[in-house]
Amino acid sequence: MAILRVKDVSKRFGGLKALTDVNLNVEENSVHAIIGPNGAGKSTLLNCLVGKLMPDTGSVLFDNNSVLGLEPFQINQMGISRVFQTPEIFGELTVMENMLIPIFAMRDGAFRMHAYETIANEKAIVEQAEVMLEEMNMADKREMHAASLSRGDKRRLEIGMCLSQNPRLLLLDEPTAGMARADTNNTIDLLKQIKEERNITIAIIEHDMHVVFSLAERITVLAQGTPLVEDIPENIRGNPKVREAYLGEAA
Amino acid sequence: MDAILLQILNGLDKGSAYALIALGLTLIFGTLGVVNFAHGALFMIGAFCAVTLQKVFNLSFQTIDETQTDFLGNPLKVETPYVEAWFGPELGATIIDWSVPLAILFAIPIMLLVGYVMERGLIKHFYKRPHADQILVTFGLAIVLQEIVKYFFGANPIQTPPPDVLSGSVDLGTMIGFDPNAIIYPIWRLVYFGFALAIIGAVFSFLQFTTFGMVVRAGMADRETVGLLGINIDRRFTIMFGIAAAVAGLAGVMYGPLNPPNYHMGMDFLVLSFVVVVVGGMGSLPGAVLAGFLLGILESFASTTWATTTIPGINQIIIYLVAIIVLLTRPRGLMGRKGVMED
Amino acid sequence: MLGLNKKDTSLLIIVALLTLLAPFILNPFPEGSAMAQFNAGYPDLMQRFVIFGIFAIGFNILFGLTGYLSFGHAAFLGVGSYSAVWMFKLLSYNVIPAIALSVVVAGVFSLLIGFVSLRRSGIYFSILTLAFAQMSFALAYSVLSNPKFNLTNGETGLQVYADDPQILQGANAPDLPHLFGLPMRATYTMDVGAWSFDFNAGYYLCAVIMMVVFYLAIRIFRSPFGMMLRAVKSNQQRMNYTGLNSKPYTLAAFVISGMYAGLAGGLMAAMDPLAGAERMQWTASGEVVLMTILGGTGTLIGPVLGAGFIKYFENIFSKINDNVLHSWFAFLPDGLEDAVVFLIHPFIGKGWHLTLGILFMLVVIYLPGGLVEGGQRLLNRLKRKKTDADDAPSGKTEPAE
Repeated sequence: MAILRVKDVSKRFGGLKALTDVNLNVEENSVHAIIGPNGAGKSTLLNCLVGKLMPDTGSVLFDNNSVLGLEPFQINQMGISRVFQTPEIFGELTVMENMLIPIFAMRDGAFRMHAYETIANEKAIVEQAEVMLEEMNMADKREMHAASLSRGDKRRLEIGMCLSQNPRLLLLDEPTAGMARADTNNTIDLLKQIKEERNITIAIIEHDMHVVFSLAERITVLAQGTPLVEDIPENIRGNPKVREAYLGEAA
Repeated sequence: MDAILLQILNGLDKGSAYALIALGLTLIFGTLGVVNFAHGALFMIGAFCAVTLQKVFNLSFQTIDETQTDFLGNPLKVETPYVEAWFGPELGATIIDWSVPLAILFAIPIMLLVGYVMERGLIKHFYKRPHADQILVTFGLAIVLQEIVKYFFGANPIQTPPPDVLSGSVDLGTMIGFDPNAIIYPIWRLVYFGFALAIIGAVFSFLQFTTFGMVVRAGMADRETVGLLGINIDRRFTIMFGIAAAVAGLAGVMYGPLNPPNYHMGMDFLVLSFVVVVVGGMGSLPGAVLAGFLLGILESFASTTWATTTIPGINQIIIYLVAIIVLLTRPRGLMGRKGVMED
Repeated sequence: MLGLNKKDTSLLIIVALLTLLAPFILNPFPEGSAMAQFNAGYPDLMQRFVIFGIFAIGFNILFGLTGYLSFGHAAFLGVGSYSAVWMFKLLSYNVIPAIALSVVVAGVFSLLIGFVSLRRSGIYFSILTLAFAQMSFALAYSVLSNPKFNLTNGETGLQVYADDPQILQGANAPDLPHLFGLPMRATYTMDVGAWSFDFNAGYYLCAVIMMVVFYLAIRIFRSPFGMMLRAVKSNQQRMNYTGLNSKPYTLAAFVISGMYAGLAGGLMAAMDPLAGAERMQWTASGEVVLMTILGGTGTLIGPVLGAGFIKYFENIFSKINDNVLHSWFAFLPDGLEDAVVFLIHPFIGKGWHLTLGILFMLVVIYLPGGLVEGGQRLLNRLKRKKTDADDAPSGKTEPAE
């Protein structure tokens, strides 16, 4: 069953058609990659999914509930977590606090006036955060300021923060952009491991073919704001249309 | 009809001051990306340039006139200003009389220098720091500047009269066909308005027609790209800061005859000027000018008896009210670009 | 203790000791000695220390944690003062209902202003709060003092008159603010040798209240809510995408800090039953900004230190005049003495604002963490020197790397 259904979504910016009639289904427990040349509308599509942009037409259903018109925090509370192109973490806070915040958000919802309680007394939540840090191999860095982490660690932390909420859908926006090969491979391994250990759906927006073909179970190719093909990786690799879209960009 | 015209005219002098200060503020914000809370202090320093010059011109030496006696029968001591001794009594008296307009010449180099020192010495180090830090450090600087002025000139307002010829009023109404005495208007206000227009015109044409201005405008639009072109944008921005300081200073020089300068006049104008900048749109020069005059005129209308009896106190709060409404409904102001400082 | 960790508990105890023993600590010089003018232990000033401490602690909850710089917090202080005086006028001179009402009214008022102002962030937020505060000031100064509806008594300031109802004022109750009969002005003076120490009822009321709200501030800083506020400052984008709505968090911080300001205003009126519009002016808001930053933004003790520092300056430093300076530098040769006094003169007495402005700028430029950071750096340097000295002999035996 498809957990995320995008139906006839269009979006224009002035005279520019960023998206035209996008239809897309992301199956539950799959890894679905959305690829495409620059300017294909990948980011616009992503922003429509997370509540940052409102499409002009069409609908986006997550688990049969519309996400359109909702605020990002409401969409997150429905079970969609997002990993950004450049890691978005709380730089001035410690690694531990970074991990605590999403867990609090999951338990207490979008707002709770817990101003008199002490964090140290929230044993269950602290424990959960510890476990997650262990899992991310970051337990030794728990008291560090997140801003002082290495780029790769920031990425791990951000993914860890998203996973700590047990999301049903993890959205990754070019998770390896600007990374060195070694860091890229580490991230791929991490994502593979996550997929093996959890019941989770992952949608990746990616430019890097190496990442896409290492991870994806299904691939949608976006070109000029519309899906060109959707298939399993083996069939995408040799598809002439895809090649044309990419080579066309190169030429 | 004549009443409406009178209120518009009444709003022009304050509007001119708002427009000039806001113009400099937004120039600094647009080019340097700095929120300058010390800009009101520059306005005040300008006004005190006029005060200083007036004092300098009035420096006198004493002579004893044996031919006359004072009421105690002692020989009369006569104070003669040096300028009168040097340039002859007539020219000297004229110079003293015209000390406020003459202060323009005196203020320009001083304000440019103050602006230059401020930018190189302090503001430069805050380009990369958060806006809150910029606000705080310039707020501190404003306090320091106003206290220095207070130290030298005292806390009381100091009269800076306009030249005699320009000190009366004219009956504008009769010139355009209204009844006599319908629109009586002080000449100096007209002078101030004309002066403001001239300065605004000069700044705009400078930005529009010179290469320097072109680079600055490009820099306002996209600072990084211009920097990449190998143009020494920082240096131009320093000069720009000097110019903005000069504009605020000149606005202050000529404002003296309208309201005797005191050391906290800068702070008084600062808050309103910020409101003007925000209403006009952060980083928009025409917006700042337009909003300056509009708010000045609006304030003048709100001060009419009709307005204050309908809504008591409206004259006190109208500008803030407008600012709040504009900020909430149209955050980029009247003419601002989208996304400026929206973070 | 009290649900705090060790470090916070000791901080609280230190603050408690300092405030309770303030009459001693602030009066170190014997009465009548040349230094007696630097004694700050008189009731009026001590009250102001703690009242502005409360104001700054509250401001820090907003600015220190969320990073939203409000330039309009004096409005809440003013509203608090007006509410308290109204309570005196209508009910009685008992300070408890007055202080309670000032907190409540300031809370409601800050909820309204915060709700609107927080729709914008950054500089726009600062200017919105500035505009609201200036508007409140203008309203209080003129509009709300018209004969038909005199809420603020305009320029004169709101005060209690003989013909006010004071329906609950008992026949025997003191005719000035009191706590169940104990007048706020009651002062017990203890003379020990040449020294004299004042113990003032009003001061101790303020001090106890400050300790309570300081404790609450610690709780807020250490709570999940406090962590969320720091998250607002750090990265709102991540916060929203983590399922948290940053708006109510910021608004709650705004209202809490508004209530602290209202409490400070109420206490001010309780010490001296008068409320004037000038308390709401934006320069008064600027003052609390100065205090918080000078002391150390985002630290617990910083704002209290900053408030004490500025109030001390305002009241004591401003008293130094040329005569005092001459007596200090009398050991110098005459010419040099005059020169030194001449150089220092602009910075003292009435010129203390100049010194304050310069200090504030230096802090913003070099010490973003304020006095607290300065103190920490000093401590670290001392510690390092000590450990360096300790390590030096053993360091020699270790092989070079």
